[in-house]
Amino acid sequence: MPANEQVKRVLLQGNEAIVAGALAAGCRFYAGYPITPASEISELLSVKLPEIGGTFIQMEDEIASMGAVIGASLAGTKSLTATSGPGFSLIQENLGYACVAEVPCVIVNVMRGGPSTGLPTSPSQGDVQMARWGTHGDHPIIVLAVSSVADCFSVTVKAFNLSEKYRVPVIILSDEVVAHTREAVALPESEQIRVIDRISPDVPPEWYKPYADNNRGVPDMASFGDGYRHHVTGLIHDEHGYPTQNPQEVEKFYKRIHGKISKGFQDIQVTKTYLMEDAEICVIAYGSVARSALKAVRLAREQGVKAGLVQLVTLFPFPRKSVDTYLRQCRVAIVPEMNMGQMSREISRVNQANCRIVKHNRVDGHLISPEEILKRIVKA
Amino acid sequence: MSDERYEIRFSGSGGQGIITAAVVLADALGSFDNKYVCQTQSYGPEARGGKSKAEVVISSSPIDYPKALEVDLLLAMTQTACDAYFFDIKPEGLLVVDSGLVEQLPTSRAVSIPFTHIARKEIGRELVANMVALGAVGYLSNQVGLGSLEKALLARVPKGTEKMNSEALQAGIEAARKIDIDSLPRSVLSDWDDEL
Repeated sequence: MPANEQVKRVLLQGNEAIVAGALAAGCRFYAGYPITPASEISELLSVKLPEIGGTFIQMEDEIASMGAVIGASLAGTKSLTATSGPGFSLIQENLGYACVAEVPCVIVNVMRGGPSTGLPTSPSQGDVQMARWGTHGDHPIIVLAVSSVADCFSVTVKAFNLSEKYRVPVIILSDEVVAHTREAVALPESEQIRVIDRISPDVPPEWYKPYADNNRGVPDMASFGDGYRHHVTGLIHDEHGYPTQNPQEVEKFYKRIHGKISKGFQDIQVTKTYLMEDAEICVIAYGSVARSALKAVRLAREQGVKAGLVQLVTLFPFPRKSVDTYLRQCRVAIVPEMNMGQMSREISRVNQANCRIVKHNRVDGHLISPEEILKRIVKA
Repeated sequence: MSDERYEIRFSGSGGQGIITAAVVLADALGSFDNKYVCQTQSYGPEARGGKSKAEVVISSSPIDYPKALEVDLLLAMTQTACDAYFFDIKPEGLLVVDSGLVEQLPTSRAVSIPFTHIARKEIGRELVANMVALGAVGYLSNQVGLGSLEKALLARVPKGTEKMNSEALQAGIEAARKIDIDSLPRSVLSDWDDEL
């Protein structure tokens, strides 16, 4: 879109665009506890939600915040919480509950340097594997990454849509750079935004089986208070929602909650590519680093090097199919990350094409620069 | 390597309103002048003191890397910031400093204006030194409509402080108008070569 086109653009921070995306997707409940660099999300929603009849609660901590989010979603309201590393650690217990009880909800983790209180005001990508495996047990989950202000809006809408469609928690990984960068963006009009809602049961309440399988693997979801009385538990349950240890029922349960994600894999896996048509070297990146990588790839092209960028929007389930295509196409894949190499291990895991995987890891609290990546490309 | 980009870095210490000045500039460029713009910042955990830095990258096309690569204009509101960030300026870039706070300049290609002094004496509040500096940066960079800057400022400052901030902005623009940029050396690096 040329800059001179007459579209009204507004200057927004990444965190502000997440709020706009959440509201556009129908989010009407937020519970959270402030933490740098995620606090702007709380601050803005504390003003916006009451204005449109929604609810904002500042809870005593992140454990309680996640509990409130689950409760609100069970009552039929699209719900959000936002935090950073230390708070993300605290939500993990209740996050597992949301996975097993199949409660749609969205969790934003604006990554800062960790572990522990770490580097509160510096960017990091250190929570990538934790987002996938932070809560215990074999659980389904979707993890998306944002890299720009425009992304913060559209990916947040997508996160709510996937969450509602698959009845699964969706984690949005942002980082301090994306969260606090301001850019002028033209947000889409509401009629241009596709919003997906959970499917309500169409049987009489007495026939309702809250965890019954169907061809999608995603049971219809009744809201608390609608007359569809049902039991919700963190224990493995049968199709009525009651605890079970019956091996057949237990196995069926696990296979269904994982199967619903694999059935939707095409819909869930999102990658973007730039200059990949004839690329021999690819940079695979996500989050703010994808922007450094794009600059590096353009500079490499100016030097006559056939480089391209594969930007991962979906981190988990790992977009194996689309990444595999590019690993087969390229002789080298460079994976720059602001961590010790959390995504490069996923890429190495799926690499069956003899593509050389080059890690580039920066852990000094600063965004990876285009020059660093360019050096790797030129040497490759 | 940053051909069509124009990069401005605001630097000083926490509490000087460095980030606010950058946000107003970015808003003027993005919302009113319809340019592509990325505003980023880095800061320590302290609310006051500590290094503070904010950047505005301006382009006529979408911006990939959001932070500054080679700075076209560096505003330094403390000696520490000037010393720390001077080496990121491109040779033909420009250094702008608060003359009351930065007394030892690393180059002759520098514009010294007493922003804090102007804020205190002319406006009556040292607090608005950032807006005086913003006015000068807006004028000297030649990237933003000065009317847009005023509009963005009025939309962003707290209610009741509009007049004070707007006067500060104008005072900065006026101070910068008096500077003859063409009389400065062409490069921040080799400005004394001809004299030796």
